[in-house]
Amino acid sequence: MAERAGPIGRAAGCAGGLAVLALLVLPLAVIFLQAGEGRLPGPAEYAALRFTLWQAVLSALLSVLAALPVARALARRRFPGRRLFVTLTGAPFLLPVAVAVLGLLAVFGARGWVNDLLGALGLGSIRIYGLHGVVLAHVFFNMPLATRMLLQGWRAIPAERFRLAATLDLPPVQVFRLLELPMLRQVVPGALAAIFAICLSSFSVALILGGGPRATTLELAIYQAFLFDFDLGRAALLALMQSGIVVLAALVSLRLARMDGSGTGLGREMLRWDAPGGWRRGLDAAWLLLAGLFLTLPLLALVLDGIGGLADLPARIWPAIGNSLGVSLGCALSTVALSLALSAPMARWSEGLGLLPLALSPLVLGTGYFLILNPVIAPGRLALPVTLVVNTLMALPFCLRLIAPAWARAEADHGRLASSLGLTGFARLRWLLLPRMRGAIGFGAGIAAALSMGDLGVIALFGSPERETLPLLMYRLLGAYRTDAASGAALVLLVLSFTVFWIFDRLGGRDA
Amino acid sequence: MLELVNLTLEQGDFRLEADFSLPEGTSAALIGPSGAGKSTLLAGIAGFLPPRRGRVQWRGEDLTRLAPGKRPVAMLFQDGNLFPHLDVSRNVALGISPRGRLSAQDQARVAQALERVGLAGYGARTPAELSGGQQSRAALARILVQDRPLMLLDEPFAALGPALRAEMLRLVAELRAETGATLLMVTHDPRDAERIAEQIVLVAEGRAAPPAPMRALLDDPPPALRAYLGGEGDFD
Repeated sequence: MAERAGPIGRAAGCAGGLAVLALLVLPLAVIFLQAGEGRLPGPAEYAALRFTLWQAVLSALLSVLAALPVARALARRRFPGRRLFVTLTGAPFLLPVAVAVLGLLAVFGARGWVNDLLGALGLGSIRIYGLHGVVLAHVFFNMPLATRMLLQGWRAIPAERFRLAATLDLPPVQVFRLLELPMLRQVVPGALAAIFAICLSSFSVALILGGGPRATTLELAIYQAFLFDFDLGRAALLALMQSGIVVLAALVSLRLARMDGSGTGLGREMLRWDAPGGWRRGLDAAWLLLAGLFLTLPLLALVLDGIGGLADLPARIWPAIGNSLGVSLGCALSTVALSLALSAPMARWSEGLGLLPLALSPLVLGTGYFLILNPVIAPGRLALPVTLVVNTLMALPFCLRLIAPAWARAEADHGRLASSLGLTGFARLRWLLLPRMRGAIGFGAGIAAALSMGDLGVIALFGSPERETLPLLMYRLLGAYRTDAASGAALVLLVLSFTVFWIFDRLGGRDA
Repeated sequence: MLELVNLTLEQGDFRLEADFSLPEGTSAALIGPSGAGKSTLLAGIAGFLPPRRGRVQWRGEDLTRLAPGKRPVAMLFQDGNLFPHLDVSRNVALGISPRGRLSAQDQARVAQALERVGLAGYGARTPAELSGGQQSRAALARILVQDRPLMLLDEPFAALGPALRAEMLRLVAELRAETGATLLMVTHDPRDAERIAEQIVLVAEGRAAPPAPMRALLDDPPPALRAYLGGEGDFD
């Protein structure tokens, strides 16, 4: 029987929840106050809504579909480089979006590798702008995330059950039906919902690969309303529509992600005796190879372009690196602390609060903070703290969705024993929760650190020449047509993002 | 004296009543059909299930509002008696202090307890590296250092073979003799009960009966016990 949260847990949850609410509601309120009278959505707004939903549905479905065979192959095969592969699946999600889109363009773009190949073969060229470009980029970012989520699901199936399956000599179909399908029923809806929500709020991809009346997301429309027209009324209306669909997505996701208390494996090293050989082995290998190419080629293209650009980097790169590292580590720390606080009550309400940031885009939040700060202080002076706050809020839902289930599982599996030994408060955290949640905390901190490292939303609104982060420097170099230097900065950013994620994920546990 | 005063426990539709007392130092076996509420009763005494009505008293003190860890109770569950992420020494040490600070004296106590249950030198291993019997021994070592006057066993040895189970029960009996603890244990096997308990608490039909002397009850079982024992009723 699972334990209920004590008063300390509820207090921590309330404090964290209030902080999140205040940080979300205040900027939104200011925007609505400044926006004045509302108006009804017109055809352009409905078109943006339709496109946003359609691309998110396609992106989520394709990402999870592609991830299924890859995660299964990773779960049941042991091969040299497997760990590296699993680490690499974390890469695209952690890649600064603008940097990754540069890589995708280098491979799939008009003068990219794929079109070069097609041209050499005398075939027509492919175009990556519009709906299929947006979906391609989203699948590139989210298929690996889905793979990791599914892989964690596979790893959560106790090794003892696979051992039992091997003892009974169950054929692959039965292993799937009896062990894997029940797990997938729990994990897949959550993965779909998470990716759907991510794609609803993605903006840089649409900015670069979309645009125009037929491929504009709500996010992009908000940005355009702010930056081109400074039409706060239209921006508020679009923000409202955006928040509405994402709140719905979050509610659906909460309903879909259920936890069961079964499965207390003793943490034995996972060995699979049931992995079938023959053509299934070849198919697994093919899936892994395809996924590997899809994920690594854009990175390779980036690295090749970037190495040449390193020599062109200006001296401003150093303070930019310092600022980015500071924001990144601060964001990892605050996101994990906030996630722990919101996990402590082990209740739907606190998890729901932690998902609320998904309903707001970084740009909407940033504009809100800008409007709050503007009368008091030059907002540019607080560029880095505001970036940290917004990035913490943006990383919170992902981090919380890792930490909260891990917390609940630790309690479901071992809470009774901990209670009978009088482990409460700090002692419970130290001896039961933190050790059992180590993997989730490491992964969550890594995500927060890398996401904030690559963020180019708020800092673009707030940044001044003397306060710039690495992504902003890269963006400015691009804008100044210093493409080589921008590629160099992108490479530095890429290496840093990877490194902070790798360190945190590593600290969390050795099995990636 | 352990007193269950008009105790009513409810879990969903299930309801169990108990109203009896057990003198200190006694050992009693809870016997009854599957699903009759034996584990529920232990959960109620240990504090995992707040009673619907009534109270649990120990030496005249009302335990009902105390958290499980604050009760004078050491408990072994059917499974999951060790934290898999901590080594055996640490698992045992948590029985002395949940804070984790161990004096040299405490460390000596842990080593002593491990030696007493036959696990000398196993302190640095994790539970996954132990056999089932060794895991039971490690859990018993923790019970030993916990030094609580009330021991609750919820079939912790059910997964062990008959010989090993008998050995564990013998160890429990020895530890109980050394500490003078009061013991309540769930069992399915009247032979196990006979090995260790003086009293039987029959749990059946939504009620936990007052403890009755083992011999008398087995010699002349009431209808509910007769039905449960089936052909195994005759002991000599």
